[in-house]
Amino acid sequence: MSNALPERSIFRVIGASSLGTLIEWYDFYIFGSLAAIIGTQLFPDDAGASALINTLAIFAAGFIVRPFGALVFGRLGDLIGRKYTFLLTLVLMGGSTFLIGLIPSYKSIGYAAPILVLVLRLVQGLALGGEYGGAATYVAEHAPAGKRGFFTSWIQTTATLGLFLSLGVIVISKNLIGAEAFADWGWRIPFLISILLVVVSIYIRMRMHESPLFSKLKSEGKVATNPLKESFSRKTNFKMVLLALFGAAMGQGVIWYTGQFYAQSFLENTCKLDFNVSRYILLWGIAFATPFFVIFGSLSDRIGRKWIMLLGMLGGILLYRPIYQQFLDDTHVEAIPATEVVEVSEPVTEIKTISGSNLGLRLRKQSFHLASGMSYLKTETDTIESGQVISREPHVGYSDKKLSDPVFWKFVALVFVQVLLVTMVYGPIAAFLVELFPTRIRYTSMSLPYHIGNGVFGGLVPFIATLIASFPGATPLSGLWYPIAIAALSFVIGAVYLNNRQEENVND
Amino acid sequence: MDVIKKILGVVWIVLGPAAIIFLAAQAYEKINLAAEGAERTNTALQWGIILFIFLPICTGLVIFGYYALRGEYNRLPADSASGKN
Repeated sequence: MSNALPERSIFRVIGASSLGTLIEWYDFYIFGSLAAIIGTQLFPDDAGASALINTLAIFAAGFIVRPFGALVFGRLGDLIGRKYTFLLTLVLMGGSTFLIGLIPSYKSIGYAAPILVLVLRLVQGLALGGEYGGAATYVAEHAPAGKRGFFTSWIQTTATLGLFLSLGVIVISKNLIGAEAFADWGWRIPFLISILLVVVSIYIRMRMHESPLFSKLKSEGKVATNPLKESFSRKTNFKMVLLALFGAAMGQGVIWYTGQFYAQSFLENTCKLDFNVSRYILLWGIAFATPFFVIFGSLSDRIGRKWIMLLGMLGGILLYRPIYQQFLDDTHVEAIPATEVVEVSEPVTEIKTISGSNLGLRLRKQSFHLASGMSYLKTETDTIESGQVISREPHVGYSDKKLSDPVFWKFVALVFVQVLLVTMVYGPIAAFLVELFPTRIRYTSMSLPYHIGNGVFGGLVPFIATLIASFPGATPLSGLWYPIAIAALSFVIGAVYLNNRQEENVND
Repeated sequence: MDVIKKILGVVWIVLGPAAIIFLAAQAYEKINLAAEGAERTNTALQWGIILFIFLPICTGLVIFGYYALRGEYNRLPADSASGKN
């Protein structure tokens, strides 16, 4: 039985699969993007149990739950079929996102609010763990041999576009209703909008047919009876799961999260760029690089998947430190000579007192504008006691940095390079994983290494990089050793153990 | 290349436990550094999650190394279903 469809039909399959996956990524990202606002609305001001639940909601759903979702829904997908399983993940993801938008604030229902957020966030993580493997498998099983990389690469663009869409909806909502209203109730809009997107996607997906390869297995009575056991207890398959994880998905995960998430975090928290400037840099970088998912996916059909992915990892290993050093150098305003300053604002003094104490802080803020077009805010902070300064010297900090046009576009180019590396490792990987495993246990087998690679190794990049940067003697660039080391390990394992062969036939 | 694959297998077998020992030492240090109360509970929770997640992954790396040492990756299967070379 041939699984190849006419090109028009395949694009219908890709469109339906990609739309749902894009919505799932959108749903997953808006929580992260709005975490600070959600924290003030749904969690009490004081620490304690709320902080614990907050940590679990943000941390656990990202790291623990995704691989479990891969196991739960991967198993379902290999038992009852791809179509109904990833329809279920879409309903779970969309439903839980919509409900987060409806949860009353902590002031209304107390601790029930953060507990409900935690439960819904865990459902989101599970759903995301189940979605991707289904969509990639579904598309690959419709695609003809020799074009599998090209067609599955469209699915690969959705993670990036989901991030793009979530940032876009948030920025537009905020601009339409104003920052104050957005922080009060408007943050619910992006969550509630999700239900419209999900309804449309469910309608489209309901009209899709089951994967032809799975239908064939089902009609022949060859569907796996215990996909988990077959995937992980049989050495012939389990060794490929390990190879997929350590030789590809692990390195791909850190390259992805460094390029798209750590870069923004570094620009905002280490370089102290203005909130909007750091996001605009990322959005432009992503916009220019996104077409390369398809280009590298397509190229992998012609020259093989292995070396494209490994070159992406090698690029990260070699380029991360020079790129991030450039970020630091170009935002190091302390080194700029005073003659460059063309305008200084009048200082604004602010006193912050600590309740129940006679101690406090005195902040003295001044804006500086440079001849190059760059500007920044300088804050001198003194400790005060009963209104008198008691610190010997003020702590000086620089923030809200805005770049000159040439430096802004240079930063866009540097982020573009990083996202380009993401497209090299991520564009071909769906086809690579699909070809590694047989149809009867494909959904289960490919989902687990993917979600460990991305959810665990990738998702931990900000946490571990920040941790390393806190070690004694560390520099702001020390955190990069984590993605560099993991990418190097994956590069060596991939280069030595993977082969560049493409499996022509995934009908097995 | 087959010899290199096998020699590297030993490296992966050693790397798995080494990574867990490193993470456990870091967890112990960071939890003790955190201020008592909510901050310490949060830090312990985060590190608990990390160890819980990485323990099976490092075990997987040891098994990967063992397979490599035994020459399981010298010839990869020609097709994914049969596992035959």
